[in-house]
Amino acid sequence: MYKIIKKKVLNPQIKMLEVEAPYVARKVQAGQFIILRVNENGERIPLTVADYNREKGTVTIIFQEIGKTTMLLGSLNEGEYILDFAGPLGCATELDGVKKAAVIGGGLGTAIAYPSAKALFNNGAEVDLIAGFRNKDMIILEDELSEVAHNVYITTDDGSNGRKGFVTDMLKELIDAGNKYDLVIAIGPIPMMKFVSKLTKEYGIKTIVSMNPVMIDGTGMCGGCRVTVGGETKFACVDGPDFDGHLVDFDEAMRRQQMYKEQERKSCENCRLRGAN
Amino acid sequence: MPDMSPKKVVIPEQEPTVRNKNFKEVSLGYTLEMAQKEADRCLNCKNSPCTKGCPVNVQIPDFIRLIKDGDIEGAYYKISETSSLPAICGRVCPQENQCEKNCVRGIKGEPVGIGRLERFAADYMLNKPVKQEKAESNGKKVAVVGSGPSSLACAGDLAKMGYEVTMFEALNKAGGVLVYGIPEFRLPKKEIVEVEINKLKELGVKIELNVIVGKSINIDELMNEEGFSAVFIGSGAGLPKFMGIPGESLNGVYSANEFLTRINLMNAYKWPECDTPINVGKNVAVVGGGNVAMDAARSAKRLGAENVYIVYRRSQEELPARKEEVHHAKEEEIEFKMLTNPLEITGTEDGWVNGIKCVEMELGEPDASGRRRPVEKAGSEYIIDVDTVIMAIGQSPNPLIKNTTKGLETHPWGGIVVDEKTGKTSIDGVYAGGDAVTGAATVILAMGAGKTAAKSIDEYLKNK
Repeated sequence: MYKIIKKKVLNPQIKMLEVEAPYVARKVQAGQFIILRVNENGERIPLTVADYNREKGTVTIIFQEIGKTTMLLGSLNEGEYILDFAGPLGCATELDGVKKAAVIGGGLGTAIAYPSAKALFNNGAEVDLIAGFRNKDMIILEDELSEVAHNVYITTDDGSNGRKGFVTDMLKELIDAGNKYDLVIAIGPIPMMKFVSKLTKEYGIKTIVSMNPVMIDGTGMCGGCRVTVGGETKFACVDGPDFDGHLVDFDEAMRRQQMYKEQERKSCENCRLRGAN
Repeated sequence: MPDMSPKKVVIPEQEPTVRNKNFKEVSLGYTLEMAQKEADRCLNCKNSPCTKGCPVNVQIPDFIRLIKDGDIEGAYYKISETSSLPAICGRVCPQENQCEKNCVRGIKGEPVGIGRLERFAADYMLNKPVKQEKAESNGKKVAVVGSGPSSLACAGDLAKMGYEVTMFEALNKAGGVLVYGIPEFRLPKKEIVEVEINKLKELGVKIELNVIVGKSINIDELMNEEGFSAVFIGSGAGLPKFMGIPGESLNGVYSANEFLTRINLMNAYKWPECDTPINVGKNVAVVGGGNVAMDAARSAKRLGAENVYIVYRRSQEELPARKEEVHHAKEEEIEFKMLTNPLEITGTEDGWVNGIKCVEMELGEPDASGRRRPVEKAGSEYIIDVDTVIMAIGQSPNPLIKNTTKGLETHPWGGIVVDEKTGKTSIDGVYAGGDAVTGAATVILAMGAGKTAAKSIDEYLKNK
């Protein structure tokens, strides 16, 4: 049992939990994930770690309530417990030797990009952070982002925060303005990672994306998290979750995310009916 | 005079057309009367060839004699002298290749049903208090990595010798392959596996779930920071293999590991009561011929598939699965497509499986394994219409521990190198056993390796 010691609502759909998980807190690095199960009948879901505190033995997760499990998770309060919380899993993001990076988050992906920005920033790299949201009400972590980046650019799809456009537009603008990035990290919905990768390929800038496919165990056992990278089958849980954005087959990844859409929809309905939300 | 009937006493089973719609155990087990009648078939051979066929040398004629005499409790303790998991081995051992293969009665008729009798004796004691003698604590800590058959056996023996044992399990439930791999209808989890785990807890074994050794903590830290004097690695063979043919990334293609883990560990067969979903189409192809393939095929049938095919590139005779599982699968209307090899999985435009393209095979010259090598029949390609494909072509050891343990010697295929007699690895104080060493094998071999390692660890720590 893993105790929730802090809960924060970041926007109408996104919540943050700080959880006591000493094993994970001691070892986790930027880019790694955990697998949790809310209760006895629950499913195992992977969530990339948003932050950690080694002294306190806590791990922060940020998630969007999009399905039954995340809704149940969001219904838990401070002082309550998550049944299973295992990790850290996957490989840490490789950040050595980076001098200037553009770290890009799309929606919830911003929370997952944050630890990489922080690690780069603390390593002395120059960090430009681009975060994209649907509208100004959906913006999260604005203050935190400004602490781990030299420049923060927040865009909204509808322009309601004053900067209309997609993260790709912003990135292109920055590159064209003469910024020489030796690394781009893009984390968010698959289409966003696909288009960032397409853009950076034209410019020949190394790009890391973080894949979040369906998985069960997270230790290489089920193979459900197969991602095709450069024509080879990789397991996101042990080979990733970070991959070279220029080599990932994003269309296949998008298709594979549809695998349980129907069941997810039904579970969600049942969950709403029972008022678990 | 022994009962000279050429056939085993028939064991009661759920009717095939009933059981292929539920997940309850297929075999219902002998009654006392049946068990004693079957025990009566044993000739009590002086040189007991059956015992020599058992990887852990269960004193078979002795325990059968005790059943015959009506001392079932005595029979259980006789088995327990050399085996840790009789209720499990009685159910899942490939007896036809081990004890029963050597049975003299098998020469003219069926061998004695040793597995069924073992199961009977073990089940008799399931809900009774079992004597577990435990030495006083010696204060020495031993870590056991994984909680499958080898780890259970190793942890149990060490705890009885007085060691303080902590078992680390990566998943959310203890039991390893007994919990995530073998289906409920072959090995009930609550009634059998949990009982074994609880026995370990009674012995004082601590179980830490959700700890992935190699990630959450590594072997070096266990020994140098956490105060464990020795470590046993029983992390199994959890890495699924795929064929490398086109179409394996289509939606609806599973590794058997994923398919079975969803069903067994996560109870996907109870969806939506349990949250983990699973997709089983109307027509399902399972590629492979081992026990895992049979388990996957029979599970798919139980989840409502109309047609389930076992696709195997060799012939019926080479099927590596237990005979009983093949027999049960056939009874349950699983269709066997032998001498058939997949070439490609075909899909719809939106990426879902709609068929598996296969080629017929014929048997040529024997290969390195002694089995006749299957060769393709030119021009015999055809497509089986299926919407789910399950790959059950084997598993290899998980590289997590190998990759995070400096100085741990492994074979090129991933198995941990050990001294066979002791289970000792290339690192002082670190022992290993089970599928992590042998690659996917049997429960009883793993259990035997766990027991051997426990003995070696005891000797090592006594002399340290």
